[in-house]
Amino acid sequence: MDVLNVFLDAIRVAIGPQAAVFALAGVGLNLQFGYAGLLNFGQVAFMLAGAYGASMTVDAGGPLWLGILVGMAAALVVAMLFGLPALRLRADYLAIVTISVGEIIRLLVRSSTLEPVTNGVFGYRDFAAWFYAINPIPAGRYGVGNLAFPARTLWLIVVAWTLVLLASLLVLGLMRSPWGRVVRGIREDEDAVRSLGKNVFMYKLQALALGGLMGALAGSLRAIDSQAVRPDFFLTITTFMIYAAVILGGAGTIIGPTIGAMALWFVISFSEGLLRLGIESGVIEFLDPEDVAAIRFMIVGLALILLVVFRPQGLAGKPEAGLLDEH
Amino acid sequence: MSTDVLAAVAAEPGVPKPNPILVVDDVRRTFGGLVAVDVRHLEVERGTITSLIGPNGAGKTTLFNCLTGFDRPQAGYWAFDGHRLEGRFAYQIPRYGLVRTFQLTKALDRLTVMENMLLASRGNRGERLLGALLRPSWRHTEDAARQRAERLLETFELTRMGHDLAGTLSGGQRKLLEMARALMTEPAAILLDEPMAGVNPRLRQTLCEHIEGLRDGGLTVFLIEHDMDVVMGISDWVVCMAEGNVISEGPPAVVRADPAVVDAYLGSHDGLAPVDERESHEDETS
Repeated sequence: MDVLNVFLDAIRVAIGPQAAVFALAGVGLNLQFGYAGLLNFGQVAFMLAGAYGASMTVDAGGPLWLGILVGMAAALVVAMLFGLPALRLRADYLAIVTISVGEIIRLLVRSSTLEPVTNGVFGYRDFAAWFYAINPIPAGRYGVGNLAFPARTLWLIVVAWTLVLLASLLVLGLMRSPWGRVVRGIREDEDAVRSLGKNVFMYKLQALALGGLMGALAGSLRAIDSQAVRPDFFLTITTFMIYAAVILGGAGTIIGPTIGAMALWFVISFSEGLLRLGIESGVIEFLDPEDVAAIRFMIVGLALILLVVFRPQGLAGKPEAGLLDEH
Repeated sequence: MSTDVLAAVAAEPGVPKPNPILVVDDVRRTFGGLVAVDVRHLEVERGTITSLIGPNGAGKTTLFNCLTGFDRPQAGYWAFDGHRLEGRFAYQIPRYGLVRTFQLTKALDRLTVMENMLLASRGNRGERLLGALLRPSWRHTEDAARQRAERLLETFELTRMGHDLAGTLSGGQRKLLEMARALMTEPAAILLDEPMAGVNPRLRQTLCEHIEGLRDGGLTVFLIEHDMDVVMGISDWVVCMAEGNVISEGPPAVVRADPAVVDAYLGSHDGLAPVDERESHEDETS
């Protein structure tokens, strides 16, 4: 029965706000990486822009909805900072620029020099009252047993997954359009696309910015979820976790980032729950409870390696897409 | 057909042509101390097949790269169909009617053959981000592109593969696709960089016929090729480069018999001729 509870817990996490945030940021990253072939290692910087845009605007007396828009505008600035220096260069330069500019932004935000503006390492708290005030769901607890959410969390989940759905539909529509065809062509060989008269730089910038807007929205949601924003929520590791979700689900597929984000959080939560259960019941004797947090990430890593070996196209990818990479 | 037009043209480097579509002047590209391209004057006659030959390292591909915006020469200018193209970006060149292919075929593997074709269409309204979601706003240009693509695929005998991923095509089919795709840009001239590389002998004949078909359809073809049988067979005019310079040009038989050309090829093997070339070249530029 305990195993069932661990399982239900894992399901709860897999459909919870964290997974939705990863899915939304993943849909954006998938547009950049999966479709346009852009190695953006700074997706977390877009999330930071979204989170700080929202919290700083509210702190300055503005409404939260305006803050979310400010965050998206800030994401466009980040896209320029990433794209203008590096998009004309080879793909690997973009990786270097995004990872370093992303860190520079985080370090600037947490610096004591900018503390009067950004609140430094302390960040902001309790700025999302408006979001929970407009919750139309009556107070209460929804679900059964361990698989249940309070009304406010359910409201966030509904909004977040709706945004994931809308973002996915947007990407689907774009990829079925001639615009998407050019973008996918750039992923295959940008010189070929250039030789056919397409302004490759502009398409890459557009894809980067559009994916960044989705990252910013995800960042705003993350801030609303925790009602707290601090610079150290936005470490580079988060970008890599989102990459893990996208690759797990299937880069270059519409549903991939969503499946991947759910699977990722399920594996993290389920492995943690099982390990804790094993330790508590004495089945696993060689581990300390404090090791569990680290080991669950090792299990995620192992799952990713197995996936790359046996199903390189991801959970949702078509087999031939994976096979074609081999030549 | 066009050989008649060139019959009265003298076989000497830099000679003017009656109706040139491409005129190159003083294009110079160096990599550090190495002069890769140093073309004083070169004209390509409209509606002909002009082949660019020369030993490895002669600067043929570098010249193509410069002309199409994929490389930046340190000096020089060139005009295509009356438009000056130096300083233009690679993506702007096709708008003037000049399109190129690559030595290593660049099929877009994970796009279908038809998508490869449609991607190359001109003025497709759906390629703008704003409006990409409004299918009615681009259906018209997309349909027109599809019709053109279907005609071209039929010409190049690729109709059957329309829905296949380009990555599943054979080497020869990929060459055909790349050529057909380039034609989607509605060019006036096409630059082919080694169209026969990696193509089996049986398909070479087919490719040659296609290239002649393009010329007979009014297109100018300027191609780099190492296969001398192909060059001698299809060319109206042959230009030979060595060490970055145009050292000879003329009808195929004349260029083949030119001692400077023979020297350039043999010299590049035994290392004698290039020394003379380099010295004379330094005299000219200093």
